[in-house]
Amino acid sequence: MNATRFLTGLALASVLSAPAWAGDTTLTLKDHKFTPAELHVKANQATTIQFVNNDDTAEEFDSTALKVEKVVGGHSQGNVHIRALAPGKYPFMGEYHTATAQGVVIAE
Amino acid sequence: MLSSLIIVFREVIEAGLIIGIVLAATQGVPRRTLWVAYGIAGGLAGACLVAAFADKIGSLFAGNGQELFNASVLLLAVCMLTWHNVWMSGHGRQMAREMKGMGAQVSAGERSLAALAIVVGVAVLREGSEVVLFLYGNALQGGVTAAAMLAGGALGVLAGAAVSALIYFGLLAIPPGRLFDATAGLITLLAAGMAAQAVNWLQQAGFLQSLTTPVWNTSWLLPESGEGWRGILGRLLHTLVGYTDQPDPAQLIAYIAVIAAIVGLMRWEQGRRNTGSAVPKPA
Repeated sequence: MNATRFLTGLALASVLSAPAWAGDTTLTLKDHKFTPAELHVKANQATTIQFVNNDDTAEEFDSTALKVEKVVGGHSQGNVHIRALAPGKYPFMGEYHTATAQGVVIAE
Repeated sequence: MLSSLIIVFREVIEAGLIIGIVLAATQGVPRRTLWVAYGIAGGLAGACLVAAFADKIGSLFAGNGQELFNASVLLLAVCMLTWHNVWMSGHGRQMAREMKGMGAQVSAGERSLAALAIVVGVAVLREGSEVVLFLYGNALQGGVTAAAMLAGGALGVLAGAAVSALIYFGLLAIPPGRLFDATAGLITLLAAGMAAQAVNWLQQAGFLQSLTTPVWNTSWLLPESGEGWRGILGRLLHTLVGYTDQPDPAQLIAYIAVIAAIVGLMRWEQGRRNTGSAVPKPA
């Protein structure tokens, strides 16, 4: 077996392998509300939030302060990568249901 | 109805601005309307596909498929905008000025149009897929009737198209001799802004995790999104010239590098054309 084929296979396997849903923190959406609405993360350190959408419809985790936009389908989940943050409050929202879907990340 | 109106309007504005600039930039190039229409149609079809397979795309690349997809299509658009500007700075500029295209020039012109059609398609695809997901979610949820949702969506499209027409005719008010420089400048900034956005998508996928501390924060002065006229202005500038209220060093580097690359390539192409032709320029 030549090296190119091996590498291609390896690359394909890594691309198609099931995603690892392993956030440092879990954020759940139900009835267009986030739980917890206040997420505490360590400052100056990149983290991952596992965003679990328990609604029937898609939602976009949206935060200009965090520089993140992530669409997650109904009854689905996704990882939101959060960059290293200076201490402070960073609001986020569900773009499709801004009236109820509001939350804040607190870096400390 | 109001919520679908607002979301559709916001997304359509972003695609509409790009279409308006592309139309102004190709003023006088034959068959451009057809190519732009191809771009819109392709983008709409793509938007439905992307929305339908959103979860599938999202779960690729260890759950970073969405981010990498967005980064890729943005970088493709940056390449196409660069190619267009460089081509126009060569013989396209002259063609646009003389408003005539013959033989080889027309076919070369079509290549540049194809590049811009891809840019239009990518813009419609990116904004359109969000609209499709949102409206589909609304429809699933019930609550609002389908008619009210469609009315909101249609009004949103109309309002967005009006913005597109506004920037197009606004640009056409520029004297023909200056129009090329104006659109070339806008396209350069558009490409630079897209490159900075692509960097942000790569960061969201977990790559490029250094140089991420924002250099400044002007969200108090001009927020990049949000309610009110400031939020709208910030969003328009975000789409047009890549305005970001909290840019980080990696984004600024990408922004400046793309401007430098496009300006450099345009100068090089102009120089190549000038030395290549023995015919002196008419005074």
